[in-house]
Amino acid sequence: MNEEEILIFGPPKKIKEISFGVLSPDNIRKISVKNIVQADTYDDEGYPINGGLMDPKLGVIDPGLKCHTCNSKFGECQGHFGHIELARPVVHVGYAKEVYDILRSTCRECSRVLVPEERILYYEEKLKEDGVRTGMRQTIISELINESAKKKGVLKDNKCPHCGTEQIKIKFEKPTSYKEGDKKLTPADVRERMENISDRETALLGWNPNASRPEWAILTVLPVSPVTVRPSITLESGIRSEDDLTHKLVDIIRINQRLRENLDAGAPQLIVEDLWELLQYHVTTYFDNEVSGVPPARHRSGRVLKTLTQRLKGKEGRFRNNLSGKRVDFSARTVISPDPNISINEVGVPKFIAMELTIPERVTGKNIERLRKLVVSGSDTYPGANYIIRYDGMRKRVTDITRDILAEEIEVGYIVERHLLDGDIVLFNRQPSLHRLSIMAHEVRVMPYRTFRLNLCVCPPYNADFDGDEMNMHVPQTEEAQAEARILMRVQEQIISPRYGEPVIGGSQDYLSGAYLLTKKTTKFAREQVDQMLYVSSINTDLPEPIIIEDGVPYWTGKQLFSLLLPPDLNIAYKSKVCKKCDVCEGKKCRHDCYVLIENGKLISGVIDGSTFKARSTCKLLDKLVKDYDTDVGRKFLDSVTCLVLWSNGILGFSTGIDDEDIPKEGLDVINKVLNEGKEKVDKLIGSYNEGYLEPLPGRSVEETLESKIMQALAEARDKAGSIAERYLGMNRGAVVMAKTGAKGNMLDITQMSASLGQMSVRGNRLHRGYMKRSLSSFIQDDVNADARGFVSSSYKKGLNPKEFFFHAMGGREGLVDTAVRTAQSGYMQRRLMNALQDMSVSYNGTVCTNDGVVAQFIYGEDGIDPAKSTYGKAVDIDWIIHKNLYQNKEAE
Amino acid sequence: MASDEFILERLDAILHYKVSDAIMDESKKKLIDYNANVHEFTEAEVEIIANDIVLEYDKARVDPGEPVGTVSAQSLGEPGTQMTLNTFHYAGVAEINVTLGLPRIIEIVDVRKDPSTPVMTIALDEENKYSRDNAIMVARRIEGTTVENVARQTALDVINTEFHVYLDSERIEDAGLVMEDIIKKLKKVKAIERIRYDEDENTIIMSLGDISLFKLRRFSQKIKILPLKGIKGIERAMIKKEGDEYFVYTEGSNFADVLEIPGVDYKLAMTNNIYEIYEVLGIEAARNSIIEEIQNVLDEQGLEVDRRHIMLLADAMCLEGDIQQIGRHGITGEKASVLARASFEVTTGHLLEAAREGEKDRLTGVTENVIVGQPIPLGTGTVDLVMKVIDEDNKEA
Repeated sequence: MNEEEILIFGPPKKIKEISFGVLSPDNIRKISVKNIVQADTYDDEGYPINGGLMDPKLGVIDPGLKCHTCNSKFGECQGHFGHIELARPVVHVGYAKEVYDILRSTCRECSRVLVPEERILYYEEKLKEDGVRTGMRQTIISELINESAKKKGVLKDNKCPHCGTEQIKIKFEKPTSYKEGDKKLTPADVRERMENISDRETALLGWNPNASRPEWAILTVLPVSPVTVRPSITLESGIRSEDDLTHKLVDIIRINQRLRENLDAGAPQLIVEDLWELLQYHVTTYFDNEVSGVPPARHRSGRVLKTLTQRLKGKEGRFRNNLSGKRVDFSARTVISPDPNISINEVGVPKFIAMELTIPERVTGKNIERLRKLVVSGSDTYPGANYIIRYDGMRKRVTDITRDILAEEIEVGYIVERHLLDGDIVLFNRQPSLHRLSIMAHEVRVMPYRTFRLNLCVCPPYNADFDGDEMNMHVPQTEEAQAEARILMRVQEQIISPRYGEPVIGGSQDYLSGAYLLTKKTTKFAREQVDQMLYVSSINTDLPEPIIIEDGVPYWTGKQLFSLLLPPDLNIAYKSKVCKKCDVCEGKKCRHDCYVLIENGKLISGVIDGSTFKARSTCKLLDKLVKDYDTDVGRKFLDSVTCLVLWSNGILGFSTGIDDEDIPKEGLDVINKVLNEGKEKVDKLIGSYNEGYLEPLPGRSVEETLESKIMQALAEARDKAGSIAERYLGMNRGAVVMAKTGAKGNMLDITQMSASLGQMSVRGNRLHRGYMKRSLSSFIQDDVNADARGFVSSSYKKGLNPKEFFFHAMGGREGLVDTAVRTAQSGYMQRRLMNALQDMSVSYNGTVCTNDGVVAQFIYGEDGIDPAKSTYGKAVDIDWIIHKNLYQNKEAE
Repeated sequence: MASDEFILERLDAILHYKVSDAIMDESKKKLIDYNANVHEFTEAEVEIIANDIVLEYDKARVDPGEPVGTVSAQSLGEPGTQMTLNTFHYAGVAEINVTLGLPRIIEIVDVRKDPSTPVMTIALDEENKYSRDNAIMVARRIEGTTVENVARQTALDVINTEFHVYLDSERIEDAGLVMEDIIKKLKKVKAIERIRYDEDENTIIMSLGDISLFKLRRFSQKIKILPLKGIKGIERAMIKKEGDEYFVYTEGSNFADVLEIPGVDYKLAMTNNIYEIYEVLGIEAARNSIIEEIQNVLDEQGLEVDRRHIMLLADAMCLEGDIQQIGRHGITGEKASVLARASFEVTTGHLLEAAREGEKDRLTGVTENVIVGQPIPLGTGTVDLVMKVIDEDNKEA
């Protein structure tokens, strides 16, 4: 709503509440604009038949026509209800069970609830007490119904406590018929009984007399939905195809007519009853075509009809597909690709998209010239504008022909829908949207070509990669929305995850291994290289004094360059990820250069790696930059560090190859020896089992004990082999650098490549299924040896023999199946969690309340701290505060 | 130079009511520790640090309107995709398996009354916790023993309609039973006509009279699982030493009965069956148990989720005084809003019920407002202010 509209219509209206109720026959007739009597839709000329299901009074579905009731055009008229007078009443399927409950708990004569007066009063009191919780209400009501039900032992003498009439047991024959003893109760009989129940007692039975009467659950008049709800579609061949609902209504009218004719003609009871039942069937399936015990109504082709219930229900139903989630305008979707040179706050938007999506900008004295220029350039040249909107809301398309005229026309107060420009704020999203970081606000950076570009540091929160992933973009249209997006949703505001208070946005892969190479002690750069690096990473500070001068040529260390990214007053010390976890830490004199010490914004010692700025991990430096300084400082650090490291990587080079997994022959021999020892141990275990010496573990059978001991022995063997391999794997190998710095993989992966894969497993056990009592036909039955149960002693580098390969595939498949099952399960769980918790928020007084105002927590999380602002879940990092203050003091001195 | 008393006094004065107790305690401990070991504070430094703590604490507070429920749901749901399915893991003792991972979390939020792997960790009282023998005695009292458990083998004599149980003396001893007990128990079974004990074979022979083979089979099955002693529902109990104390671990859970066993420290006995805790100890204990159990699963999977999110979930579940399930039969089913319920599950059911009851939807929740196309009442939508528009014509007024 803009200012003018507020002036005209007053402040925006809010829907206060929605009331639900059952339509009474009178009401149905009242809202109806036409009594529908014809079972046909269109006549031979293609005009809707008067009094037919497509009566022009029911609304318009063809453009160009006008509604015969309200005289509005297509799209403006929302349609009008008609009605069908049913020849005989029928039961509403949705209330069949409730009708049964009423029948069995009320007197067949006086229609009063079959409990004595004092019990009625008791229940009335009870309902008043617990009026709030709906679930509770239903329990009380069913308690009453059970107490008053016509069952042996419940009712005294089986007689009505009010009038003394003897009661007969009511039987409910699903889905829609009732029997009293052996006599069938027709809907007409049922209706008659219910009409006599007093309002006071219907309330007791769960029918709020202000909104509904139980007899309305027996339909005498059927509302006919407006045609706009069930539009017919014209196929290319010109043949009209009717909606499923229309088909169903046709059936109803047809049977209704036949029933009426037969009644008028005084047809025999049997025929009338048959037709009546048929009418009941059609009305039932009109409401719900999936009622158990009723064969679903089908289309001529055999397809099951989609009737009212089916339209609302489920994931593709009206509620979840159209009401809780809606399709939107001003959105775009395309493939994503990486661009390390744009800021994490930005998104590269293809020009094609920027010209299609627009932002409405109101013309003011200050921007009129700029906007005029945009209109002049038209909609086909970038930057331009697509529409202008006059004061009165008239919308005009900017075309090649009109653009000059329209540019002249605009004046202050107009709105120009201009193309996206650099710096505009847009929302960017990747499915599945599992957390709020799946939708973040980016600034537009218009670029050539056809893909969205994003900085690699924002991949982790989106869980995006570039193997063909697509992402969506949405353009907020109002200033309010844009401001909210910019302040609350911008990428840099999301660096810290609300899930655990650590950065989710940060470096990964090459940035970490690259930073390690950059800040290694031996790395030095000449002036020329330094200039390049600082230029690409837009660092605009004075160059520090070179530390190394060789032959008169100055060189700068990587540590010096990295220091340029840091705020000058930063003091911090921590251990880097490559730390060897020595028994006694030597601090900044660490032999392996693993103790990161930053003094006054200068990196004194230590290499930079995963523990400094890796996404989704405890990263000391980035965390402090964001929390202690500003999200802006954090963003700038990431923007620069990615460029810097990328360039240094280009200079220094980094590679991994198969020789990274090379282990000298003597090493391999030891590994083989270890593995063989493991297997021998297994043989020994089996031997002692066969001889009956094996002592079972408490609470386990001997076989289970053997199995677990074998697994233990083999796991030990593999671990030993791995650690032997690790001895030969130094930091001079690319793969090891990646694993140790946290860039990619871990040491286990490398030892699997170089030493041995180890035990393959399915469901936590060694492989044992496949053939009878053996995993493969090449083993003898009941062989529990290492090899026969999926122990792979080869390494990836050496290669697997056919048996091992097959076992490996078995283990691999379990992983795949697991992932597929897990996504479904966790998806449903998250939906339930979301539905249960979404209405809870923090109130102004600090309590956490549900939307009903029920207090869930008097103070959020027992301390009122936002996890996203906390330090690893703690409200304040006291060590850091002490540290910080002491450093400041030192400086003052 | 700041004395410890000065530090405590200043911290008390400055932090009181401004930070949580946990932070207060931590500050005191850390400052005194630092003062003694690393650096001696001046009084001014203490003042600055204390004020800084308050400042930082205030910075980290939640904002009013923050949709903490949604954030909790996401924070618990998102790692679900990373959890492994059906991991069985060992809880304390290698012999006991416990469901962990996603299935366990689902079990917890479903409030299942019979979790798939109920286990108990039972601490023992002063008298028994240091002695292995005593611990075994308590474990035996707890462990349920059935006829099957003490039998080496069982057999049916179809011709004489007899059921033979070949006893294992060792097992009987292990279970702390005596022959007479077993026979006494068996005598109580009505269907058995005669009981004979064959000492040579160490066998109990039960005649079942003239019954059909089918019935004979059924009875034999029943007799096999006849409890001889111990607590119902506890299949196995074993002991484990932790530090210098013995603990009893059980497979199967029966919290109420275990607490009454002599030798059990009822204050420290634990079960992983949340519903039992609720029944025995009440809703507050159940809430804590929910938090602990979920935290446990997440820790085991190496997934980090802030404790506050789990707390909110637990509080939401325990809000009404009993444990409510996350889902149709719990929190969502009890919502006041018709539209919110209808858009979750059983759409038509809720609509029909609402019409019958003449319910009114006050549109206070998120889903309802999304459905009608209004701003949601969370975050920036909490604010109810409407700006007054200056009427250009009556500007002077």
